[in-house]
Amino acid sequence: MSVLKARALRKRYGELEVVSGLDLDVAAGECFGLLGPNGAGKTTTLRLCLGLTYPDAGEIELLGEPVPRRAREARRRIGVVPQFDNLDPDFTVEENLLVFGRYFSMPKPEVRAKVPGLLEFAGLTGREDARISTLSGGMKRRLTLARALINDPQLIFMDEPTTGLDPQARRLIWERLRRLTQEGKTLVLTTHFMEEAERLCHRLAIMDRGRLIAAGSPRELIAQHIEPHVVEMHSTGIETWAPRAKSLAPRVERAGDTVFVYAAEVAPVLADLQDRSDLIYLHRPASLEDVFLKLTGRDLRD
Amino acid sequence: MRWVAVWRRNFLVWRKLVIASVLTNLADPLILLFGLGYGLGALLPSVAGMSYIAFFAAGTLCSATMFTASFESMFSGFARMHGQKTWDSILYAPLTIDDVVTGEIIWAASKAWLSGATILAVAAVFGLAASPLVVLTLPVAFLVGLAFASVGLIMCVLAKNWDFFSFYMTLIMTPMTMISGVFFPAEQLPKPVLVFAQALPLYHGVELVRPLVAGRVPTDIGLHVLVLLAYAAAGTAIAIMFARRRFSA
Repeated sequence: MSVLKARALRKRYGELEVVSGLDLDVAAGECFGLLGPNGAGKTTTLRLCLGLTYPDAGEIELLGEPVPRRAREARRRIGVVPQFDNLDPDFTVEENLLVFGRYFSMPKPEVRAKVPGLLEFAGLTGREDARISTLSGGMKRRLTLARALINDPQLIFMDEPTTGLDPQARRLIWERLRRLTQEGKTLVLTTHFMEEAERLCHRLAIMDRGRLIAAGSPRELIAQHIEPHVVEMHSTGIETWAPRAKSLAPRVERAGDTVFVYAAEVAPVLADLQDRSDLIYLHRPASLEDVFLKLTGRDLRD
Repeated sequence: MRWVAVWRRNFLVWRKLVIASVLTNLADPLILLFGLGYGLGALLPSVAGMSYIAFFAAGTLCSATMFTASFESMFSGFARMHGQKTWDSILYAPLTIDDVVTGEIIWAASKAWLSGATILAVAAVFGLAASPLVVLTLPVAFLVGLAFASVGLIMCVLAKNWDFFSFYMTLIMTPMTMISGVFFPAEQLPKPVLVFAQALPLYHGVELVRPLVAGRVPTDIGLHVLVLLAYAAAGTAIAIMFARRRFSA
C-alpha cells in the first residue's frame, strides 16, 4: 500500500526550477531514503509532500489525502524531524513534548501518559526539567525525534536526521530509527551520508537538479550502476600508473589526487600492483557512495 | 478555534516569567503617569473637566495597551517566528499559518489587555477612576490591543530583520501617541493633523476610554468601536496574507 505518492511534481523559485517533474512512491512500512547533493531539491520535496509549500504543477497524495488541499488533515498522522532543530527554547524537555501534543488537539492526560515512554525512547529519562540550551546536539536530535512521535504517526519525515552529530550520537539515532521501522512505521528521510542510507533504507531514490536519476534498494543500485570492485589509491606514483590502469580495467576515474579503478574482474589490476611497492592502494567492494558519485558527478556543490 | 493551542503556548511561557513580565510592561507607563501626571498636573488646574493626572491616566491606559500589543506582536512574534523557528515546528502539526497568526494576534491583544487593566487598577486605587463606568474600559482595551496586535503582526511577517521595526516605532507609533490625545486634548491640534489622528486607531481608543474614566458615557461609541474593529479585522486579514506568502514560498 502506498502512503505517499507524488506525480510530475514541479516547483520553481524565481528562475530556478528546484523540483522538475518528480515522481515518488513510498510503500507502508518501508524506510525510504532521498539522496542527493546539496541543492538537489530534497528539502523542497519534503516540504511539498507535507503541504508546507505549494507545487507549481503535479499531484501529491499523502496517507490518502490530496496535498496541499487536505495537508492539514494528513498531518494528524505524520511526524516531522526538520534539518535544523527547532525545539522550543522557552520550555523544558518535558514541556516541549506536552506543548507539542496540544498542537495535535490531544487531551492533556493523553499527552502526559505518553511522555515517559518518549523520554525513554530519546534516552532523556531523568532530564525532564532540563532546559533545551543545556542539551547536547545528539540529545536535541533525539528529543526532536521523540517530539515527532507524540501523535503516534504512521509516517515520519526526516530531513538529514544525523547531520552534525558525532559517530556515537549518529549510531544511537540509527538504532532508534530501526526500532521505529520494526514497529511498522514508515520513514522518509533525506541524507547525504551514504553509510546511513545503506544501513537504514529499504529503498532509495537519488535526486539531482530536481529530478530522480535512479531508484531501487541499495544493493540493486550498486549492482545496476557500478562494477563490484574498486581499487582506490592516492600516492605519488599514480601519475605514471593511471594510464596503465586503463588497459587493465573498464573504468578508471581521477578526482583530485585520487584514482579510482572500477572493475568486475579485479585480479589483473591487483596482479599488476604486486610489483609496485611504491603505490599504496585500497581494494574494497563498490559502495553506494561510488554510485552516488558516478551519477551526480564529482564536482563540488555549494 | 485551532489558534487556541498557539495562544496557550505563549501563555504558558508568559506564566513562567509572570512577575518580570508584568513589571516591565508596567514600569514605563506608571513612571510616566505619576511623574508627568503629578509634576505637570500641579501646573494645570484641570483639563477637559478632570484633573490632569486623571486625564493622563486615561491616555496612558490606551498608549500602554498599544505599546504592549505592538511589542509583543513585533519583537516577541519575530523572535518566535524568525529566531526560534517556533512557527515552523507548529506547522508540522495539523495547524495552518492562519491559525498561528490568529493565535499570535489574540495572544498579543490579551497581554495588552492586561497592561491596560493593570493601569486601570492602579488608577482606581489612586482614586483617579471612581465611576462604575470604568469597567467598560476593559473591553475597549482589548479592542485597542487587537487593532495594534494585528498591525504589529503585519510588520512582523514582513520584517527581514530587527531594524525593520524601528521604522514603524519611530515614524508611526511615536507621532501617533503625540497626536491622539494621550498627553493633551487632540482637539487643540490644527485641523488637518486632527483629521489625520482620527484616521488612526489610538485616537478612537482614547475617545472611548477618557469619558469612561471621568464617569461619562462617550459620544459616537459606534464609530469609535467600528474603527478599532476595522483595524483589527483588516490587519488580521493582511497579516495572514503576508504570512502565507512568507511561509509557503
